[in-house]
Amino acid sequence: MTEAAAAHGVRLAEEARAGSRRALARLLTEVERRSPAGEAALRLLYPLSGEAHLVGVTGAPGAGKSTLVAALIRAARATGRPVAVLAIDPSSPITGGAILGDRVRMQEHAGDTDVFIRSMAARGHLGGLATASVDAAAALAACGFPLVLIETVGTGQSEVEIAAVADTTLVVQSPEMGDEVQAIKAGLLEVADLVAVTKGDRPGADLAAAQLRAMLTVGAQHDRAAGDRPRPRRPEVVVVSGATGLGVADLLAALDRRSAAQRTEAGMAASRRARAAAQVDGIVAERIRERMADPARRAIREATIDAVATHALDPYDAADRLLREILP
Amino acid sequence: MSERPIRVLIAKPGLDGHDRGAKVLARGLRDEGFEVVYTGLRQTPEMVVSAALQEDVDVVGLSILSGAHLTLLPRIVALLREAGLGDVLVTAGGIIPPDDIPALREAGVAAVFGPGTAIGEVADFLRANVRDRSA
Repeated sequence: MTEAAAAHGVRLAEEARAGSRRALARLLTEVERRSPAGEAALRLLYPLSGEAHLVGVTGAPGAGKSTLVAALIRAARATGRPVAVLAIDPSSPITGGAILGDRVRMQEHAGDTDVFIRSMAARGHLGGLATASVDAAAALAACGFPLVLIETVGTGQSEVEIAAVADTTLVVQSPEMGDEVQAIKAGLLEVADLVAVTKGDRPGADLAAAQLRAMLTVGAQHDRAAGDRPRPRRPEVVVVSGATGLGVADLLAALDRRSAAQRTEAGMAASRRARAAAQVDGIVAERIRERMADPARRAIREATIDAVATHALDPYDAADRLLREILP
Repeated sequence: MSERPIRVLIAKPGLDGHDRGAKVLARGLRDEGFEVVYTGLRQTPEMVVSAALQEDVDVVGLSILSGAHLTLLPRIVALLREAGLGDVLVTAGGIIPPDDIPALREAGVAAVFGPGTAIGEVADFLRANVRDRSA
């Protein structure tokens, strides 16, 4: 079964590399399920995924992320480049169901095989991403997409996980963000490599951009936030309008400058290293959970938990025992 | 490895602007634990098929109130088959006269859910009829 699954994954990966969009779509399903087929495919694809520019697009719900992503697709296609999008929306913590509605704004490219859009449900993962987002992005990168846009769940002020996995974090801010104090609060804006002020066709966008520029400059001396991820001294702020196309070409050019810098700047190497660390740590944790859930270990796990519940054993000792059990 | 929820594409082909039903169904299926990809109004058959392919959905649910169902729905089924998605379950809803249902069934639409259908009924039908994708 596992060998057959692995062969299936390898076949999907090869077909997807050769240009089959259906194989790519099925491959993403396997990756999302964390199945043996998906794992086999990723072993093949990961080494081939290093050249793409992964751009995280994040911001509050309704800020204009999907509309901006659609505009960026248009701009990228105007220059002939293939572009892939991973659009993540929240799953219900109650039922596990989800409405994935980001495609609504991105439907104009149907029939263009160089645009690939995939919606993903967060499936219980917090922080604005889905567990499999990074792997899915790697698969897209390896299958002919030099630009991969990862649109996060509409975030609050502090979901900064995207910064650890993307090469470039684009924070999308609507002009109605509030006053300057919002711009100096800790959180999302701290991880921005670029800020797009959306709805630039409406009054207030230029003022909001000016306020952001002023306040982000004040805070720019901190070039170390979110772990070891170095931040730019001062994120560029671009006013855009998805409706009129204003500023979108400039934004794409700014992204391309970052992409070019990736190959030279030491800071970029650090961001890729941070992503690798997050990936490896995630897989280690997943492997531990899988081993823990193994039915063969169920009895000892239950007994250990019972012992903690009755205070016969402390939880730290219990955890150490279980770890010894699963890590021979 | 995890079981994935059933993935459903909800789309409105055709030119009518009545998307309340589609949105209510999308929301209802969400509450039933489905992952619903919603693409909204005025979708061409090509848009529907392209979305179904990229999203690797199990079900395509089409809501249509314009009267063009006998033209658009068979076309969508044919394009899905052409794209290698013949195993995707296709269902329809909206304003569809009962007399037209046999022709739609013939064309490959698995079920037609008219106004007044309970969401639970749709959910049960999808769970029972969706193909096994684990192979």
